[in-house]
Amino acid sequence: MNKLDLFSDHHLVRQSLAAVIEIAEAFKLEKGRMPVLMEVCGSHTMAFARSGIKQRLMDHVKLIAGPGCPVCVTDQKSIDAMIQLADEPDTILCTFGDMMRVPGSASTLMKAKTEGKDIRVVYSPLESVKIAQQHPDKEVIFLGIGFETTIPILALAIREAEKMELHNFTIWMTTKLVEPVLRELLDAGEVKVDGFLLPGHVSVVLGKTSYDFLMKEYQVPGVISGFEPVQLLTGMYKLIDLLHNQKVDILNDYTHVVKEHGNAVARELLHTYFEFGDEAWRGMNVIPKSGLVLKDQYARFDAKKKFNVAVKEPRKVKCRCGEIIRGLINPEECVLFNKGCTPVHPIGPCMVSSEGTCAAHYQYMREE
Amino acid sequence: MAQRISMAHGEGGELTHELIKNVFMKYFHNQTHARLDAAILPWNSNEIVMTTDSYVVKPIFFPGGDIGKLAITGTVNDLAVSGAKPVAITAGFIIEEGFSIRDLKEIVKSMALEAEHAGVQIIAGDTKVVERGSADGVFINTTGIGQLFEQRLEPDAITEGDTVIISGPVGEHGVAIMSARKELGLITDMTSDCASLHHFIEEVVTNVKGVRVMRDPTRGGLATTLVELCEDFRFDLELEESWIPVPDAVHGACDILGFDPLYLANEGKVVFIVEAEQAKKMMEVIKSHPLGASAQVIGRVKSCDNASGKLYLKTPIGTTRRLFRLSGMLLPRIC
Amino acid sequence: MCIGVPAKVLDIQNEEALVDVMGSRMYVGTFFVPEISIGDYVLLHAGQAMTIVNQLFAMESIEEWRNILRE
Repeated sequence: MNKLDLFSDHHLVRQSLAAVIEIAEAFKLEKGRMPVLMEVCGSHTMAFARSGIKQRLMDHVKLIAGPGCPVCVTDQKSIDAMIQLADEPDTILCTFGDMMRVPGSASTLMKAKTEGKDIRVVYSPLESVKIAQQHPDKEVIFLGIGFETTIPILALAIREAEKMELHNFTIWMTTKLVEPVLRELLDAGEVKVDGFLLPGHVSVVLGKTSYDFLMKEYQVPGVISGFEPVQLLTGMYKLIDLLHNQKVDILNDYTHVVKEHGNAVARELLHTYFEFGDEAWRGMNVIPKSGLVLKDQYARFDAKKKFNVAVKEPRKVKCRCGEIIRGLINPEECVLFNKGCTPVHPIGPCMVSSEGTCAAHYQYMREE
Repeated sequence: MAQRISMAHGEGGELTHELIKNVFMKYFHNQTHARLDAAILPWNSNEIVMTTDSYVVKPIFFPGGDIGKLAITGTVNDLAVSGAKPVAITAGFIIEEGFSIRDLKEIVKSMALEAEHAGVQIIAGDTKVVERGSADGVFINTTGIGQLFEQRLEPDAITEGDTVIISGPVGEHGVAIMSARKELGLITDMTSDCASLHHFIEEVVTNVKGVRVMRDPTRGGLATTLVELCEDFRFDLELEESWIPVPDAVHGACDILGFDPLYLANEGKVVFIVEAEQAKKMMEVIKSHPLGASAQVIGRVKSCDNASGKLYLKTPIGTTRRLFRLSGMLLPRIC
Repeated sequence: MCIGVPAKVLDIQNEEALVDVMGSRMYVGTFFVPEISIGDYVLLHAGQAMTIVNQLFAMESIEEWRNILRE
């Protein structure tokens, strides 16, 4: 047995569940309510639902899914712009598979592909650089989504394109950063959370110290957590334990993966090519300096600068993904959920993304 | 003989004749039937079962098989899981201009070989050639005719407590194809499980009574197949997640690319729903056959007479969640 | 947010490593983990090794947790 498999050992999971329930009940006894935790990361949302932990803890802990699903928070206009770009002759669009079914205002990349546009799904952004090298007569545009885990890899793709002196490779940057959105949520004061389960893989790049602001400026505790069932539970246990003892701290419960100061090589590369920029978040409008954009000296790799694309403001729909992303409502409170909006015919991005809150509720928690 | 398929190979003239003679008839050995426009089958029963399926797999050759083998096993299995012994198959080819005749021969040879193994005759065929770009290499359609086994299935007798058995681990074909495509950079030693199942199935249904219904979980995987079964026959079924056999490499590939093994295609597996009292004996018979050596009980029928029929999965920690059809298509994910 | 999978390093060439996840393998980039060596476990994301997984810390955290459970 691989040592890492212990984190999904069934016996240990059951014991851990009992421990979390016990400490949550102790909290409840004292405060008269359940502890309210926000899992920032969409992969946590999915892991909670898939493992059955969320359902099991329903009466003991209130878990709110946060804004950490890159698919869900990508602005509709970016999808519209990509579809428009695909209309240009001699253009190849590359994207992660995640984005293919996300609805823009009128269509999706999948539909555009069906209509004959050259849209390719890649697993690594570097594959799109290779495609650009193989097709010097075509413009290759990569749809650059992601949080801090993925952004260094976009930087790496630019570095490759620069080394190869490619003139036909660009990225449509629509990246998102964790700290600004957490600040936005806390400053708006709409969501009442006792503590955060912090995203394990973003922290690989950022390191533990990047969350100190939560503790110092907002007095909210957080625990960096892994994704296996036992890790989800130990993370929760430690967070409720902090709350129960009225301690405000940031703990790293994923020490074998997340280092104190993160990955300096990745952060350095990121800051070589990118600088902070204002970003539009789907359902949340523009948050200042909440994304990374290409620096001026790398403008030749910037699809937004190279191509002149004007997209209209999308029409308002009844979809409440914006509120769901901000943790204000549950998917079941949206009139479209499981009616007009299902994974096969999604209206909002939270239903498309496999780690979207609506998809998680639909796939793993729906009972009719 | 030419090296590549040209449009002329599909014109019905000399080249077509040459292709039929040198490729199809050479391997399918059916001179008698080939002289007529249709095959005459001796048939003295009114229990004819028929099915058809088209094969467009990419890549055409993959570890564990090729499109030709698949075109036989797929149709054979469709008959077998319907409770019938396959007797004869017809094959229609749609070939892209420029396709290599050497490759075509390989495909046809492997069809012939698989048909021989399976004990079915390829009795009629058709060839069309389309312009370059109008097809992707070669597409094959097969139609199969079979005769019901003496032992009949009893789907209407499905009742609460019936046992669900899968004949072996899931996801092998899906992962083998994915890695053979070389698009995602996945490298595995996984070979497709693609195999004709009817001898195995016949042995099971004739040796033990109590098979209610069977399906082969191909496209859409085990989950999609069982959702359809639940809906078609109106019962709820509960799977035990930890009982479902998933090979390590399938697990690994799914972890890397963000797939779920329950939605990956299989081409040599069958899932049985059997009377609970017969389950033990059934498992003995299944496991004694090489194609069922790794069979597992994976769940039970939870309740019947449910108009909409639902599939549930019980997680290792004891909670239950619903499984749905594959939504859309499998795409590699980063989140 | 991001899928990350622990993978074992089988071979290293230039800026690429052959890694294994339970028998499925893949060539991945190693730019972000210059200290990588054969036999390490790395965390994989979108075709890149993002960090080296510390197996010792993994065992320690399991042990620590078992102790909490025993209390």
